[in-house]
Amino acid sequence: MENTQNQHSRRSFLKVSSITGGGMMIGFSWLANLIPNEALARTAAADEWIELTGFIKITPDNLIKIFSPNPEFGTNVITSLPMMVAEELEVDWKKVIIEQGDYDTPRFRSQFTGGSQGMRMAWKPLRTAGATARIMLLQAAANQWNVPVTELTASNGVVYYKAGNKSATYGSLANAASKLTAPTNVTLKKTSEFSLIGTPQKNVEGKKIVTGKSMFTLDYKQEGMLIAMAIRPPAFGLKLKSFDAAEALQMPGIKNVFEIQVYKDGYERGAFDTRTFNNLVVVVGNSTWEVMNARKKVVVQWEPIETKKEMVAGFGGKKEEITPAGLESTDNHLKQMHEMQKKSAKVLRKDGDPETAFAKAKKVIERTYSAPFLAHNPMEPISCFAHITEEKAFFVAPIQIPEFMKQSIVANLDIPANKIEMKLARMGGGFGRKAYGHYIIEAGHIAKKMKAPIKLIFTREDDMNNGVYRPSYMVTYRAALDEKNNVTAIHVRGGGIPEGAVHENRFPAGAFENYLAEGWDIPSNITIGAFRAPGSNFIASAEQSFLDELAEALGKDPIDYRIELLKKAKATPVGKNNDYDADRYIAVLELVKEKSGWIKKNNKNAKRGVAAYFCHNSYAAHVIDVSIKNGQPVVENVVSALDCGFVVNPEGAKNMVEGAIVDGVGNALYGGMRFEKGVPMYKNFNQYRMIRLKEAPKKINIHFVQNNIDPTGLGEPPFPPVFAALANALYKATGKRLYNQPFINDLTKG
Amino acid sequence: MPKMNLSINGKKIEVDLDPGTPVLWVLRDHLNLIGTKYGCGIGSCGACTILFNGRAIKSCQLPVSAVGTAEITTIEGLSENGEHPVQKAWLDLDVAQCGYCQTGQIMAAVSLLKSKPNPTDEDIETFMSGNICRCGTYLRIKDAIKKAAKLTSK
Repeated sequence: MENTQNQHSRRSFLKVSSITGGGMMIGFSWLANLIPNEALARTAAADEWIELTGFIKITPDNLIKIFSPNPEFGTNVITSLPMMVAEELEVDWKKVIIEQGDYDTPRFRSQFTGGSQGMRMAWKPLRTAGATARIMLLQAAANQWNVPVTELTASNGVVYYKAGNKSATYGSLANAASKLTAPTNVTLKKTSEFSLIGTPQKNVEGKKIVTGKSMFTLDYKQEGMLIAMAIRPPAFGLKLKSFDAAEALQMPGIKNVFEIQVYKDGYERGAFDTRTFNNLVVVVGNSTWEVMNARKKVVVQWEPIETKKEMVAGFGGKKEEITPAGLESTDNHLKQMHEMQKKSAKVLRKDGDPETAFAKAKKVIERTYSAPFLAHNPMEPISCFAHITEEKAFFVAPIQIPEFMKQSIVANLDIPANKIEMKLARMGGGFGRKAYGHYIIEAGHIAKKMKAPIKLIFTREDDMNNGVYRPSYMVTYRAALDEKNNVTAIHVRGGGIPEGAVHENRFPAGAFENYLAEGWDIPSNITIGAFRAPGSNFIASAEQSFLDELAEALGKDPIDYRIELLKKAKATPVGKNNDYDADRYIAVLELVKEKSGWIKKNNKNAKRGVAAYFCHNSYAAHVIDVSIKNGQPVVENVVSALDCGFVVNPEGAKNMVEGAIVDGVGNALYGGMRFEKGVPMYKNFNQYRMIRLKEAPKKINIHFVQNNIDPTGLGEPPFPPVFAALANALYKATGKRLYNQPFINDLTKG
Repeated sequence: MPKMNLSINGKKIEVDLDPGTPVLWVLRDHLNLIGTKYGCGIGSCGACTILFNGRAIKSCQLPVSAVGTAEITTIEGLSENGEHPVQKAWLDLDVAQCGYCQTGQIMAAVSLLKSKPNPTDEDIETFMSGNICRCGTYLRIKDAIKKAAKLTSK
């Protein structure tokens, strides 16, 4: 062994430098806590780390750190993404230090937590980063020993030259490796060669979570930090007119009360700059409780908004967005949506001649489905830390896609892009809500005004009542049947407030000669945003419930009927843009059929339902068994089949699917926000019903299709089909088809 | 403001605060014990669960003036480094997703196991339904409580 570095003296040096290192100056332990678990004791000073490929840092005494680029909001990418790097780097997973990367998208190329895209987007770049670093380390050793690189091997953070009986740690080679030119052609391992990817690994932050370490934005503290809360309009359709803070300013611990304007006049919003309440009254003080109390004493006058039209930058290019004046209500929304359903709407796709097929139909089956606005309600209400000085603008934020906030920070806070620094705090759930970082801009304004470090806090009521909801939807499915009981046409028409959920190219498009999809939108001043599987979370419930009813009308088994349609779509596809792979769709249905014992158990007495869906690049199918006890639904068992390609971390994947199922059951049965005169009527968890442990499924069994397809995500795909599988099962249990969410209302209506 | 003597995680601590301040914010803002989380502020979600003389209580509903001589235990006082059987079970079953509610869940579970060392499914469902997990880790929570019961009885 050539590695003779004196470990003891090295450690001693590290101890000293970590005390003198600048990062240790903060009086609280938050930053230290960013370095995870067991590695905490082995902190090295910043200048000890040698960077390779942006994702890896190594110290001379062989501490190896891998950065997780994506913000973490509970899907455990902080474990699964570094696994990809570690696999190719050839390091001991148990010893590697995992650290959340700060906002630095040019370095990481992508820091995107949303759309179930994390795994998919990281798959090649992160393995390449690991492999590239390994090759550079091997080359550094080859140069040092003057032997061909092909003679060398690497494992567990050590390079070996077996023939020459030599070895060197990555740490001893890192400096030389970092000076080499990175290879451009890198061969990655085959799936059969993996030793880490594909094995179940526990959450690398598990211990910090169960010991309550500081990780979330709300936990962040800094010397001299002030607490801020905002007062926002009590109803959509209102805006700030004036306020009187005289009494609040006299309250103990209160520093200031003032108005901020979030977005500048004329600012063209990006896709994730939600149309928030733009003028807020802010209360700033020493402590949370003092600010909460003082906020109640501010007397605010509100006035109606005027209808506004503006251009916004959407994903698919610029579009005009209308914010109508008025105070909206759920009852009126339902009336408006029913009206829209009576008229033709924008044709999204048309195959064959559906009009004639319907005109000639012997029988038409028509069913209408609806769903309310949903609040995301992550357990961590929003908060954001900001400290803005001449030198830099420093934020600690729960934010899913930090890069999307850059232009807004630059434009609305007048901060040059190169002065933005952002810690990507672990998020206490997001579900889409924390893609909309208006609170970063709000915190920035407050920090600028106060010339001090501030933390903006949302109470639960603020979080639940100040916008960015899942839209409210309605859709009607129609099937034309001929005299032989063959389905001759399918028609889907639907929309939403303020946007619809019809995905015209999704199944069952492609399986029917005659097919028509139409969509409409109703403008609203209630703000909306992505919510776990946007659009899909509703349209899947309608489509898969309708197919169930259709199968029943045709006297067919619901799984077999779906498979029959998929086989037809594969053999003789109608149309060109069918957005699914029929074989993979069939595979999850076959798997769930087998694992649920469908044939044996789906007798007349069974109270079970099935549904399948494809969205966000992965396939999911569930079979749900229910019972009714004391008039309440009980989910006895859920069997799931998933195809998300090669499963990177089976432990994390299973947890994710279980969570999506519980979330699906919860939102299907209980979820929903009501509005009256613009006011969100449910203020907190005593009114907005969330699924609780006693209502969760008793058992969940998850099965993955085994294949070598590049991995895709799981945060969203298992969620949409839960609603319909549950509705279809509840129909078997009660004889009642459920069309309107949340189902509990119709279910318990008698 | 009156000075109050608190007993938290086995230490005597003097605080000088508005007596109406909920213990949640005393812990988080003034004592830097941030493992106790804010979730709803009305006692509906359980994220702020602590032990009050060994029994689970929602700290957002407990004014500091009402603590008196009671012994308060927070997640930080449960064990030095996650060695409590409930924490070990939580790690073993990889319960957490986002993790935000889990310290409250753990404190509630500790309280449950004190009164019922071998809880049935129904016991767990009833006792733990005051704690919301938005990520839906309920089945793992249930299994972890059963596992912790076994670890404790060993």
